[in-house]
Order: sequence, then structure tokens, then C-alpha cells
Amino acid sequence: MPKLKDLTLNDRVFTPGHRACSGCGASIALRQVLLTAGPDTVAAIATGCMEVVSTIFPYTSWGIPLLHVAFENAAAAISGIEACYRAFKRKGKVKKKINFIAFAGDGGTYDIGIQALSGALERGHDFLYVCYNNEAYMNTGIQRSGATPKGAHTTTSPAGKVIPGKVQSRKDLTEIVVAHNIPYAAQATISNWADLTRKVEKALSIEGPTFLNILCPCPLGWRFLPDMTVEIARLAVESKIWPLYEVENGKYRITYTPKKEVRVEEWLKLQGRFKHLFTPQNRHVIDELQEEVMRNWERLQRKAECLG
Amino acid sequence: MPMKALTGNEAMAEAMRQINPDVVAAYPITPSTEVVQIFSNFVADGLVDTEFVPVESEHSAMSACVGAACAGGRVMTCTASQGLALMHEILYIAAALRLPIVLCEVNRSLSAPINIHCDHSDTMGSRESGWIQIYAVDSQEAYDSIIQAIRIAEEAFLPVMVSADGFIISHCMQRVDTLTDEEVQSFIGEHKSPYQLLDTSRPITVGPLDLQDYYFEHKRQEIEAMNTVEPIIEKVAKEFGQKFGRYYGLFETYMLDDAEQVIVAMGSAAGTVKEACRELRAEGYKVGLLRTRVFRPFPHKKLLELLDKPQIKLISVLDRSDTMSTMGGPILVELRSALYNATNKPMMKDYIYGLGGRDIFVEEIKQVAYKGKEYIESGKVDKPVDYIGLRE
Amino acid sequence: MKGWRELEIGAIIPKPGTAMEFKTGDWRIERPIWDESKCIHCLFCFIYCPDSSIIVEDGKMKGINLDYCKGCGICARECPKDAITMKREVEIRKEELQKRE
Repeated sequence: MPKLKDLTLNDRVFTPGHRACSGCGASIALRQVLLTAGPDTVAAIATGCMEVVSTIFPYTSWGIPLLHVAFENAAAAISGIEACYRAFKRKGKVKKKINFIAFAGDGGTYDIGIQALSGALERGHDFLYVCYNNEAYMNTGIQRSGATPKGAHTTTSPAGKVIPGKVQSRKDLTEIVVAHNIPYAAQATISNWADLTRKVEKALSIEGPTFLNILCPCPLGWRFLPDMTVEIARLAVESKIWPLYEVENGKYRITYTPKKEVRVEEWLKLQGRFKHLFTPQNRHVIDELQEEVMRNWERLQRKAECLG
Repeated sequence: MPMKALTGNEAMAEAMRQINPDVVAAYPITPSTEVVQIFSNFVADGLVDTEFVPVESEHSAMSACVGAACAGGRVMTCTASQGLALMHEILYIAAALRLPIVLCEVNRSLSAPINIHCDHSDTMGSRESGWIQIYAVDSQEAYDSIIQAIRIAEEAFLPVMVSADGFIISHCMQRVDTLTDEEVQSFIGEHKSPYQLLDTSRPITVGPLDLQDYYFEHKRQEIEAMNTVEPIIEKVAKEFGQKFGRYYGLFETYMLDDAEQVIVAMGSAAGTVKEACRELRAEGYKVGLLRTRVFRPFPHKKLLELLDKPQIKLISVLDRSDTMSTMGGPILVELRSALYNATNKPMMKDYIYGLGGRDIFVEEIKQVAYKGKEYIESGKVDKPVDYIGLRE
Repeated sequence: MKGWRELEIGAIIPKPGTAMEFKTGDWRIERPIWDESKCIHCLFCFIYCPDSSIIVEDGKMKGINLDYCKGCGICARECPKDAITMKREVEIRKEELQKRE
């Protein structure tokens, strides 16, 4: 398990000077992943918040080689890089072990990027895919994505007089990924940094495709003050809205079980994107969300019991 | 040296085998499917060292090619029609990133309606992507051009697509004079890459965001790269010709020297035009063929030089695609633009033909010349665009 | 600024970490004030800072990098020992001005 002291030695892999919002959860996630991966890493990144803020020409925050191609193809880009590496390795042109990581937001993963992700997983490339999940297309101004939770206000699923925010539940992308039968898939978040970094280390040590879905609270998109980012990630875990678990070769393991019961409401009330739910007419959405969370948690627990 | 009976697809796959790229990321689509199938066989039989990536779409094919090329590999792929259209956004990216990717393209019409047969709308749809575009007239030229394309791409640091007409060339068997594996390897030499993404000791960021302050300069650089391509193509072609006896230029001329009428065609139809020219000459018509071969960059200076002649009265362009601009086909539009400053400005007429694989016959081309003679005698062209073989 | 001929091929950024030339510290409205006496060097602030603005040497917290700190306040909130507090930049400037007078 990575020690914080050791992680501090890698601080040049992702430098400050990037233009992420103050308190940006995704940049915390990126830092935690990259500090763990270290400098022998090559990354591909999809268009999105992290790509845009960190590569405004001529400034780059990246201390490792980085390729950005387009929005929906981080997984395809890394597939090509990794394939070339494999070819070079066979020919003896390269000997060093290099980590290959694809970064994409929930937009470039759940929606427009799901095809490329699925293909890369099926082909079995040796890489880690990191989804920095801020639950909407944040870079273009907070539009809804397949990862946006039910009830959330986004600019394309606004809370209006007739419709209370996003009507649909979010996709369970982690389970979609698990269904590809890859060696390792996990959910993590920035508040539980030890859990996250351990998962990164584990994923990178495994040969084959691995996947990490990291919940990244977004002060601007979720509407909270920037000092609350880590706290809101923590509460997402404690309220079971974002379970921390991993699936290794089909075996489910919940890596953190909250000790106290925290109602989903405690998490929702901290974010402006849900404030419209706290009215008598929309109250039912909170109850639906609570039910959904309980259902998903129970199902996860049963999976961990049977398939653990 | 080894003479083989090969279809266009087989010839292209054979060229790919001999080039032995580091990575091929490709997706099947009619009529280019055989290229990736045959190549997969080469991989499965251990005849190449290529890392083959069986991607899940053409968009991912080109994306993976970009990744592999950035990593410093020699990269090739193949596609057609809708596949090329699907990769469209990535084509621009590949060119702007200056990656020497070579694409074996099989010309097939773009939907809708869906049609699997030959026309040039697919590659014409990508003519502003920044890719070098070469159109082959037969399997031999497809084979030779792909080998040369590797050199051209790695010197210009621009991607190259070599296209051959779908089914007409891709599926028709011809005698192809192939090179030996050693000859190909020695001709293409060691791979040259514009940069090395895998060098973790020298980390680079590829594909940054440009705001208003830099995009224009970066694009100007790319424009300049395309501006330097013509002499590179000619140099590589000369070397190829000296080594292997077959010379290719930016375009080909046939019976053009004293021609009064020029018929312009690209792709397999040019062969049919040659036959028509022979018959027309026997009937006393002074007709010649200009076969455009390199469409991007468009060799406008050399074509102006070639066609700005007092004896050339009329140029009839055969276009196998339409620009949907009300002006006719792309070859006409480019050629007319090239001839704008000609001292001896010829009359020009466009004939759209062969869309969706509609065949074109010697007799129809001869009609073009007969009508052309009428235009020359009357001193004017009736309408700027006509259609060959279309049921009115 | 460079003309088109001087730029790298393919629009690449040829060197790593050039973003460090872009000081985001002037975004700040609040500044974190670190009380070294309370600090236990747990380095939570380091791992939670979105802008790599916690300076660490030999596994020990040394201070805040004010060149880049955007003043989000996460470090102050997350510190288990309340060793970091946020103070308004305006207040700090006022105090500095008063000191000078």
C-alpha cells in the first residue's frame, strides 16, 4: 500500500499551474492516481475538464508523456499506444516497464466513450482506465451525462416547474465494465485516498485491462463551496451512494463498509444541484433515491457474499 | 520481380505484408474487407511482426493508429466509404499531429442510399483533412503507391491515403509485378517518427488545447507541410522508378501533346478513357487524357503549365463524385481554379459519372469527345455540368 | 510570442510541466495560514490539495506554495489538527498596509 511520504516524491508527474477550478475534485483524483503511478507512465486523455485545464498551449501540467486525441476515444488511443509498445517490446526496441493509463471524464466514459472503452476491454490491452466521474459534462458547462444521478439539476436536465431535474437513474458503468470479465475493476473516491491509491497500485500491477471509477465532486457543477469537495466525497461513501468496492477476477469485495447509517438526504442537502428536491412536490425523488441506494447496496453485499 | 496474379485488395495487403508495419488497427468494411482479412491471415501465420488491433469501429481504428504512431510505430490501416466518413474527425487530428500513417482506401460511395460500389465521394469527403491523397488506376499502381506512400509520409510527416476503385480494382485480378521483401524493406528504410511518446525521460504533451492565440500559427505550419509535399512525391517516385522501372508522377498524360480536347479522369475510368482516345484518334479527333493521380496536394502549378496551351480548346472533366455546390465535381472545381490565370483559357465542362458504381463505357466517352468537338466549333459550352449514363 | 515557423511540429508541447510558469496564486480570495506548532505532518493536506500547493520535504510539511494555491480551503477543512485556517486575502493586505504605516 502506497505511503504518503513516498507519494510526495513523485510530485512532478502533474504540476500546479493548471486552470482547474478552485477545489476541483477531478484534479485531486488525477494527482492521487498519477502520484501512485509514478513517472514511468504514458497517458492518453479524452477531451474534458482535466484535459482542457492542464494542456492549454504552451502550458502543460503533465510531467509524463500525454496524448490527447478527441472526446470519445481515450481507450482507443491508449490501445494504439500500448499495441506499439507491445510491438517494440517483441522487437527488443524497448525494455522498460511502462504503465499505460487512459483518463476520461464520465462523459468520455459512460456516454460517447463507452464504445471505445468496451472495445479496448474486450481486446485485453494492458492498461488502466481511470474515469474521473463528476457526474455531468462539466467542461462544457454542466450538461447531464449517463452518470448524472436521478434528481440532479444540470443544464440539459434542469429542475423546472414541471420536471424536477434528471428523471433517469444513472448507469451502473462499473458493473458494465465488470461484465467484460476483465481482471480488475473498482470504484473509489478522493476522500478515501488510501483506498484509492491502493487500488491504483493493484490495478497497475495486474496484467490486462483494469478499470477505476473515481467519484469526483465538482464545486461548480454540484453547487457547493470549494472547501467541501473532500467532505462531499466522504459523505457519498458514508451514505452508500458511492460504494467503494473492487471486483478482482469476478470476486466482489466491498473495501469500505460505513459504520453509521447516513441518509442520502444528508448528502443531497449539501449540494445546490439537489436543492429543488427539498420541496413537498419533489420530496418523492429523495425517497426514490434512498430506496435505490439501499437496493444497490444490498445487491452489492449479496454479490460480495456469493461471489466474494 | 515476382509476378503475381492479384486483386487490388490482395495487392494492397501484400504491400502491407512486405512493409511489415509495427501496428495495424483496422475494421472491415466492404469493399476493403479483404485487405484486413488477408492481413489477419499474415498475422496468424506469423508472416509479419505487426501488432494487429482488431478495433470495434473505424473511428477507433484511426484513433488507435494515432496512438501507435505517436508512440513511434510505423502504422497502417485500411477502410472505405462509411468507414472513412466515421474516422473523419480523427483524420484531421492525424494530419495536424503530423503522423506518417498510411491508409489503404478502397473507393466506395457514401450513403444514403447505401451503396457498396465505386465512386469517389468517400475520399473526396476528406479532401480538406490534411491527408495526402493518391488515386491509383490499377492494382499495380495501388501496390507501388502504397510502398512509396510510406516514404512520402515519413518525409513530409503527413499521413497518406492511397485509394483504388472499389470492386473495379479491389476485386479484379491483374498481373502485378511485385517487389521482393528485401527490396521493399530497403526502399522504405527505417521508420521515421516526428516525436516519441514512449520516451518517459523526455515527456511531451501531444494534442494540447490551443486558444485564439496559437491555433492559427499551428495550422499555418500544417499548411506549409502540405506545400512541401509535391517535390517529395516526385523525388520518391523518381527513386522508385530508377530502382524498379515504374515511374509515377503527380498526374499522367496520354496523347496529350497535340490534343485539342483533353479528357480528365481519375481512378480506373482513366484506363477506359485511354481506350476511347485510341479509337477517337483513329477517327481523327485530337483527344488526349489527363489522369489526375495526386489530388492532395493539388498540383495546380504544374497543371497550369501543362494545360495553358493555345491548341487546347476544351477540357472535359469526368468526375466520379459531386461537390453538392451546384458547380459540379471536385476535379473540375480544382482544375478550373488552377486554370483561372491561364493565358489560353480553355472551355471547361464537367461530366458526373459512375456514381454508386454505375459503369462507364468507351462509347460514352467517345460521345464526350463528339459533343466536345461541337462546343469547340460553336465556341461555347451549353451547360457546365452533364451526367454520363444517367437515366433522365 | 512565437511565429508559426518557431513552433514545434504537430503542435506538441515539447517539455514537461511548463504550466508551472502560470501562477494561479492570484486566483485566491482566501489564504491558508499554517500553524506549524499544531501540525503532525500527516500529509493529508498534501494528498487532498488539487493544486500541489503543499510543500513537502523529507516527508514533512514545510509550507504552502502561494504561487499556485487557489485558496479552496480543502486543506483547512481536512486537517485533523486544525493546523490550517483560512484568512481573507483582503484582510491580510489590510494588515500588511497597516504594518507599513
